[in-house]
Amino acid sequence: MSTTDGPTLVPDAQAAQDAVNRESASKKAGPFQRFGDRWNGLRRPQQWAFLLIVVALAYALPVLDIPILTTEPGNDWPITCFNMAIFALAAVGLNVVVGYAGLLDLGYVAFFAVGSYVAAMLTSPDSPFLHIPYLWTVPVAMAVTMFFGVLLGVPTLRLRGDYLAIVTLGFGEIVRILATIIPAMKGQVGFQNVGRPPGTAADGSPVFSNSNGTPWYWLALTIIIIVLLLVGNLERSRVGRAWVAIREDEDAAEIMGVPVFKYKVWAFAIGAAVGGLSGALFSGQIGFVNNQKFDVPTSILFLAAVVLGGAGNKVGAIIGGAIVAYIPLRFTAIADYKYLIFGLALVVLMLWRARGLLPARQRLLAYGRTAYQRVANRDSGPPTAVAAEEGDAK
Amino acid sequence: MISLLLSQLPMDDSWINFDIQAFIQNFWSATFDGLTFGAIYGLVALGYTLVYGVLNLINFAHSEVFIVGCYGIFFTLSSLGFGPSAPNLSVIAIIGDLLIALVVGMLAAAAMAYILERVAYRPLRKRNPPRLVFLITAIGASFTIQYTIFLVRGPNPEPAVTMFIPTPVFDVFGTIVDSQQIIIVLAAVIMMVGVDQFINRSRTGRGIRAVAQDPDTATLMGVNRDRIIVTTFIIGGLLAGAAALFYVMKIPSGVQYNGGFVLGIKAFAAAVLGGIGNVRGALLGGLLLGLIGNYGQILLGNSQWTDVVAFVVLVLVLLIKPTGILGQSMGRSRA
Repeated sequence: MSTTDGPTLVPDAQAAQDAVNRESASKKAGPFQRFGDRWNGLRRPQQWAFLLIVVALAYALPVLDIPILTTEPGNDWPITCFNMAIFALAAVGLNVVVGYAGLLDLGYVAFFAVGSYVAAMLTSPDSPFLHIPYLWTVPVAMAVTMFFGVLLGVPTLRLRGDYLAIVTLGFGEIVRILATIIPAMKGQVGFQNVGRPPGTAADGSPVFSNSNGTPWYWLALTIIIIVLLLVGNLERSRVGRAWVAIREDEDAAEIMGVPVFKYKVWAFAIGAAVGGLSGALFSGQIGFVNNQKFDVPTSILFLAAVVLGGAGNKVGAIIGGAIVAYIPLRFTAIADYKYLIFGLALVVLMLWRARGLLPARQRLLAYGRTAYQRVANRDSGPPTAVAAEEGDAK
Repeated sequence: MISLLLSQLPMDDSWINFDIQAFIQNFWSATFDGLTFGAIYGLVALGYTLVYGVLNLINFAHSEVFIVGCYGIFFTLSSLGFGPSAPNLSVIAIIGDLLIALVVGMLAAAAMAYILERVAYRPLRKRNPPRLVFLITAIGASFTIQYTIFLVRGPNPEPAVTMFIPTPVFDVFGTIVDSQQIIIVLAAVIMMVGVDQFINRSRTGRGIRAVAQDPDTATLMGVNRDRIIVTTFIIGGLLAGAAALFYVMKIPSGVQYNGGFVLGIKAFAAAVLGGIGNVRGALLGGLLLGLIGNYGQILLGNSQWTDVVAFVVLVLVLLIKPTGILGQSMGRSRA
């Protein structure tokens, strides 16, 4: 729970009780919660079969063009799908930082920008640097953003979490300013003709073109699935348990022998790398990178996506990211108000539903599924047993 | 740091030029200007420092409290007939108008800070949520205010309101110090001394210190914690409103919906530099940051470097001495 001064036990017990109460309250209230319970009641093969259908539907999304959902004729539907995927991917990355490790990163767009610039500067004919094929820039972009993540994380993560918030907020602004004033980054002129993955269609035109969002969406969706599998494994591993321990109570985690600093830097670096990855994909599809796209408000949109979906829940992050990208493109009349809407959403969500649309489930991570079900079946267990479930999984 | 990474790659343009000539030539004018900006940073930094002291919260929305003060001053001055060119009024009339603007700006900012506390932070405090919830609320509130202003006033800066033409007063090392610089620095220092005395001497100040040191014990000793927190927000707001007047005086066309944002980061950096939670540290940090930023700007030859330099200073301070130059004196540091 929150930090307290010294060994004051009473507020902590109170807070734990509050968490339990909130949990039971949300069980009563949320329709999503009931869905989650049913999902956990299914057997593994059933879960896989259901997931396959969802994934197939997700792949079919740009082709289906469902009448009510579609953003046409305002915005191209496949490209909207791609933008939703990019936001979802970035939200998955930011969710590692904010949701799992409980670190507030307000300059996530900076990592997105670094990834975009790396991809652009290594492929665009406008840049004087050495050129490599586009797909090779993706791992390079991830490595470079990871390096920046560590560079920024090491001085600030030793301290209390609040400093990280302001330093990342500053970093988000600084990257934009540096892109403007450093001549080699070309400011507003930017880099054109960013590279694209290889492959030509039957008529000789490239498969991955700037105007056709569908192949890009499929590429992004595939990458999201890979990242989800990797992040899901991390979440269930020793690393994920360490993150949750740090998020819930940093001091207690430290005392229990969790190398807090090391795992905080890892969370930050992994989050940064996923941000760089989504940035590289974004610049590839747009085909053009300049200093105008990476402003701090976009970072807040990413944060709103994570918080909206439910911090700590990777499925929630995907849905939140997709919603945040989708709403301004679908309802173009309110597109101008999007920063106001999502800024207000942050305040209101924190007041009324701090755990988002899909609250992260409290689970016994260490023993996984079987232990969870055993505890869940014991409906009226002693409160201490429930309070011990201070772990989160999807 | 970026140059290190890219020095491996072929380069056409140079990344950073150090203009030593310009630095030596403009050293004194940069110093006086830096002190002027530093005084403004210091006043805004006080708001961050006080709230951080009593609530242990980075109040991200403080930059919006400041910009609301700027708008209050802008509307007052433009309705009093000030415009892009300095008005033709007697000295006493100008002083009177500026005082009215100052009061309006301070009240507007303080009202904003009060609303913020009552609407966003107090309901949250009742439930004792994790720290992250507070920070997200703060940034959300900052955004809400910023984009409400954006919707009402549009993306462009407001027309300039020039208050008076600075007149040279005296000469130091061949550089003229003008009346504007003297007014800003003097007024800021007087206000900060006042706040320092208020915190250290008055009854309310003792309450603020008590809450900063240990909120629970202070409550047990009969301190009304909620009232102290509101008072702290209001003091921060009043100072931000005063800073807004000096800011508009220095940069007449700087009133814009997102004008507070970067200044807020710099003011927070100043507060950390001096030692967050420390009232005197805010002034020292502000003045130092103003100087460093201005030196960096003339050395590197572009005004936008000021922000970069301020940010690098913030990271360096956190790396070397996280408690700042004067340490965290108002409340003891809490883990």
